[in-house]
Amino acid sequence: MRRRLGTLALYGPLTVLAAIFLVPFYLIVRTAVMTIPQSTSLTWQWFPTSVTLGNFATLFSDPSAPMASGLVNSALISTFTLVFSILFSSMAGYALARIPVRGRNLVLYAVIATLMIPGAVTFVPTYIVVGSLGGVNTLWGIIVPGLFNAFSTFLFRQFYLRFPVEIEEAGKIDGLGYFRVYWHLLLPNSKGIMVALGLLAFMESWNSFLWPLVIGQNPSDYTVQLVISTFLTEQGINLPELFAGACIAVLPVVVVFLIMQRYIVQGVTMTGIRG
Amino acid sequence: MVVGQLTASATRLIGVRRRRRLSSAVAFWTFMAPLALGLLVFKYIAILWGLLLSFSNARGTVALGNWVGLENYQTLLESPAFRAALVTIGLFTLFIVPTTFAISLGLALLVNRVPRGGAFFRTVFFVPGAVSYVTASLVWKTAIFNGLPSGLANALIGNFGAEPVFWIGTARPPWFWLVLVTVRLWLQAGFYMIIFLAGLKEIPRELYEAAHVDGARTGLATFRHITFPLLRNTSVAVLLLLLIAAFQAFDEFYNILGGGAQAQSGNNILARPPLVYLYAVAQGQQNYGLGSAGAFVLALLIILVTLVQGRAFGFGRSAD
Repeated sequence: MRRRLGTLALYGPLTVLAAIFLVPFYLIVRTAVMTIPQSTSLTWQWFPTSVTLGNFATLFSDPSAPMASGLVNSALISTFTLVFSILFSSMAGYALARIPVRGRNLVLYAVIATLMIPGAVTFVPTYIVVGSLGGVNTLWGIIVPGLFNAFSTFLFRQFYLRFPVEIEEAGKIDGLGYFRVYWHLLLPNSKGIMVALGLLAFMESWNSFLWPLVIGQNPSDYTVQLVISTFLTEQGINLPELFAGACIAVLPVVVVFLIMQRYIVQGVTMTGIRG
Repeated sequence: MVVGQLTASATRLIGVRRRRRLSSAVAFWTFMAPLALGLLVFKYIAILWGLLLSFSNARGTVALGNWVGLENYQTLLESPAFRAALVTIGLFTLFIVPTTFAISLGLALLVNRVPRGGAFFRTVFFVPGAVSYVTASLVWKTAIFNGLPSGLANALIGNFGAEPVFWIGTARPPWFWLVLVTVRLWLQAGFYMIIFLAGLKEIPRELYEAAHVDGARTGLATFRHITFPLLRNTSVAVLLLLLIAAFQAFDEFYNILGGGAQAQSGNNILARPPLVYLYAVAQGQQNYGLGSAGAFVLALLIILVTLVQGRAFGFGRSAD
């Protein structure tokens, strides 16, 4: 009896909380399939009386909302960020962990020191530099400053430090230089950490808002987040269409998230060590 | 002859060693080059340039040379808008940090205790972390807190006979804080729950058994004497991450309360955090000197707060 009460006291609040956490997802889908008159009705409705998928079609034919190009831009930017930020971090992490040279610790400190400055605060100085390199209103201006991740580099360094020396030694005896050791031995063995940090980089890039807002003022360079945001701040918005856009923006990330959750949890746990 | 041979092989050996050291250096810098160059240009040079600009009069230009000393900093600290932004972010931090901390810890404790379905609940609480602030702001602003009877919040309070509330329309009462705090809570709680769960997994089971033997019977007693003290390092990390994130709030303020175009034209915005202020100064007025000064004041403030927090909670001290 007592045990049953205990279980109830545990599952009861958990179920209620879980339902609350899922409501916003439901609202995104609900509003995306509403008709315009329904969405502007003055009464609250859990369930729309008639359901339409037309909003998804009008979304892509609406000239005022560059949704299609927004999705393409976001996909390009996030994929680029994923591939290159992980490549650069793992390369630097390998050098810092495994290639003995004079002054290596100094380089490590110089990398770690950049973590002291909070990221979003530097948008003004970064804008100045990217602007003078001609990166305003370009896709590369959005992408490039985000490719250099000191924290991932640090995590890769820690990972490669723990990597068994014997494998590397064996490779060296077989005549492999640093480049082949890295490419043939270390990279294939660091898939887990790469996927974990890569997914976090992808999601962060897909969802980021401030930097693309600052640097890309052309609607043709808008990311999907910017398209939604401009749409949202407009007068007389078409709500169901906007929510259809949100649906499409959220879906790929949520699906990847659900499939790869194990890696993401791993990545977040590594982030927690930062404190 | 023999001596000659010896020196020859010695020089060859030194040569090999020197070549190896050289090839190590080449390899090191080849591997480091992309990251090192990127950090040099987009962190070190950017920050130095920004620092110099903050001592310059730079309107509509990023060229250095028109030195004005500390004038930008003086203008900034005397500006009522910037002071209001600091008050806003202080209040926001005060609301969001303890609530997120408590709720994510609570979720972690619950999820950690369920015998079955823990993975399901963990996923449900964590999955909002995949949603952007922009999308969440959209849902909060137009579907939950839209100020009409058709919004979820008003429908709920309407069940108890309450009149619809203009959640993000008025400064008094400041209901907009509820909107801003809940949206960030929904997005972030699962993320910190994951960090707490990792911390909870590290606590040895035997400790709970020992505590049980020592007479700690209630959940509260074990939480106070074992769980919470042993989560110390995790808690410090979570607090630190929460503080840093709160100080850099931008997306939800910008998308829910506005701040782009409106920020430049008038002061009819309910609350504006420092980053929205800086965005208006740097993007809207193109005053890069003042914008840079603001960036450095804010960065300094964040570093200061984290140091104070670290000291207060014994950062780096072990958990015993």
